[in-house]
Amino acid sequence: MTAAAVPDRVVSAEQRKRARSVGITYLVLAMVCFFIFTRRPGDAGFRITETSQFTLPAQGFGWALGIVLVAVAAAQLLRGFGRLSNVVLALATAAFFMSFLAWAAAGDSFSFVGMLQDTVSRSVPITLGAIGGILSERSGVINISIEGMLLAAACTSAIAASLTNLWLGTLVGALTGVALAAVLAVMSIRYKVDQVIVGFAINFFALGVTSFVSFRVLVPNRDTMNNLLPVTPIRIPLLADVPFIGTIFFEQTIFVYFSFAAVALATWGLYRTKWGLRTRAIGEYPKAAGTLGVDVNKLRYRNLLLAGAVAGIGGAWWPIGIVGRFDQNITNGRGFIALAAVIFGRWHPVGALCGALVFALAEAVRLKIGNFDTGIPSEFLIMAPYVVTIIVVAGFIGASRAPKAAGQPYEDQ
Amino acid sequence: MNETLKSLRFTLLAVVAALVVSAFIIVITDIEALGDGNFGQAFSTLGTAYWGLFKGSFGSLRAISNTITGATPLLLAGLAVSSAFKAGLFNIGATGQMLAGAITGLWVGFAFQLPPIIHVPLALLAAAVGGALFGAIPGALKARTGAHEVITTIMLNGIASFTVLWLLKTELFKREGRDDAISKFVEDSAKLPKLFWFMGKRIDLLAHTGFIVALLATFVFWWLLRKTTLGFEMQATGFNQEAARYAGMKTKSLMVVSMAIAGAFAGLAGGSEVLGLYGYASGSVAGDIGFDAIAVALLGRSTPIGTLVSALLFGALQAGGRQMQVDTDVPIDLIIVLRALIVFFIAAPLLVKAIFRVKGDAKGFGQTFRGWGG
Repeated sequence: MTAAAVPDRVVSAEQRKRARSVGITYLVLAMVCFFIFTRRPGDAGFRITETSQFTLPAQGFGWALGIVLVAVAAAQLLRGFGRLSNVVLALATAAFFMSFLAWAAAGDSFSFVGMLQDTVSRSVPITLGAIGGILSERSGVINISIEGMLLAAACTSAIAASLTNLWLGTLVGALTGVALAAVLAVMSIRYKVDQVIVGFAINFFALGVTSFVSFRVLVPNRDTMNNLLPVTPIRIPLLADVPFIGTIFFEQTIFVYFSFAAVALATWGLYRTKWGLRTRAIGEYPKAAGTLGVDVNKLRYRNLLLAGAVAGIGGAWWPIGIVGRFDQNITNGRGFIALAAVIFGRWHPVGALCGALVFALAEAVRLKIGNFDTGIPSEFLIMAPYVVTIIVVAGFIGASRAPKAAGQPYEDQ
Repeated sequence: MNETLKSLRFTLLAVVAALVVSAFIIVITDIEALGDGNFGQAFSTLGTAYWGLFKGSFGSLRAISNTITGATPLLLAGLAVSSAFKAGLFNIGATGQMLAGAITGLWVGFAFQLPPIIHVPLALLAAAVGGALFGAIPGALKARTGAHEVITTIMLNGIASFTVLWLLKTELFKREGRDDAISKFVEDSAKLPKLFWFMGKRIDLLAHTGFIVALLATFVFWWLLRKTTLGFEMQATGFNQEAARYAGMKTKSLMVVSMAIAGAFAGLAGGSEVLGLYGYASGSVAGDIGFDAIAVALLGRSTPIGTLVSALLFGALQAGGRQMQVDTDVPIDLIIVLRALIVFFIAAPLLVKAIFRVKGDAKGFGQTFRGWGG
């Protein structure tokens, strides 16, 4: 191993600053453990299945973790963990999260696996929206309109699925996404209109039309046009029998499997195929790609329509994947969270998936933990996802570099 | 002047195009009438709806007052988005900054007893400072860590709304005898005077002098951009950050200052709603204004005059939309569609040109926001 020969001290000022802020974060987490997580007596039950659970003594765990975190902080600040630092950070975050749950549920119990299952399900529209964002921004078109695509697709797929069947409903959702993406594409590629303006216009348009239709058409015809049975989870044989993991990942609806497949496909496509290379090229330096014979605008059109289809299926998740109907503004800003996940994940599908999971986890936690009277106002629990995202982005991710040509129309020479 | 006329003509044509498309939407969603084959009724609904839209926005003094009332916060919040755009920053956080300003303005409004001549400006100042401090956070985060303002402002909006919901239930803010998130009333001495005070006791004229504040703020924005070094440096940073840094400008502190200025405008929007319109604060004091403000700024091309005109247009649509909803069964949500279409058509002058076969130069928007930046 040559790694040992490279001294750890050769690091840039930027890295040193980051290492220091990570160390300080460990100290802050330790303080939270000491002063908050040790305040509620009793054991917390983490239910795994209907019958089995494991228990954590909330106070003991809080004290122990606090002490460990102080030690980790000292080690981080004095000499650092070198290449293990990200592993340590992940472990510390996970342990801190467990301690938080134990504190919140002390003297009671909650379905731990159910919470994680819920997390995976809730990540679907954010992930698919984010992939829609990545596909268009990687090809050089800023996509602010994810929210509009999700919302419009949710509305049309609810109507189509109520009138026909779930498959056609999902298809109509995808086509709605494609239609809005086509508007974005024609306006930004052909007419060279500012992409942010078109994107926002699409968002407003989708919000307005769906609210309008919901009020004027769906409310009076609730039973026939906005009433469907959502899909049921599909157990994947063998995989679903794996304890713990099986229930979380392999007893899910088809939307979840599609979303993971989309992440895998997008990653493989973008980094392992000719299409991906060309897509990344037209997002970074379209002139060079154009000179080498790539039809920049044609590829942009194709990728945008694909992005619309993926986001549209994400929108269909609401009526068909979980709720069974459309409500006014049902997406409630999830498309903007997806946009944040794109930036959070540095325009990489796997990174965006992580961002979506973090946000969905925070949401699932709120729903499960919200009932416990922890003495902390529920408003602060609800805002936890937002705070966590800011800390993660500001503390650990920092500046992310966008595709260079995103936002600029391409002129054929 | 000719240039202004031309752009005014395009704006007008865009509004017409938007009204035509919306008319289509109104008619095809009138399922009941169309199902009976009764086209006449569908079209008469359309006529009543658009007449209501006009009557409710300009048809009477009360309608004009409603238009101004709606335009006031849109203009101030619109300036918050426009000024950030000028510095190359995308401020989605006007909602949060409005809430911050509403809370600080509210507190000064009820915690002190002062003569109006001092109390009103002090409460407004507090609102501006509250908004500025909250707005500076994403600026500072970006300057120090590179965290993108689109992420941080979205998240700070969530944080602000839930903090306000909590604050309004605390002993300091909560109204006697109420358990929900609704605040005490501000002192009369802190209330912004009504705009049409000279009309006597017309309580239906809601417009308040927050509109004058908004006009002054528009002037300040113009003055900042045109007459000050700070404004010049902000725009230079927005145009090309690398070049601005190379020219010796402190781009990082400019980022913080620009966001603080944006926050101050939005804070005033929140403050003027509390001190001028409601007299108290609730969880919904900011509503969708911060979001609509983005459309106002985009439509106004981030210029002071443009922001003013588009805020007035949006205020008129909102006031008219309420009348329309009363007169017909067409829901007010149509206004959101209309706004989207107007933004859309104005952004695409080439399209409007093609539809109306107008001759002459159609100048595009240019770019408001230069990519995601670094």
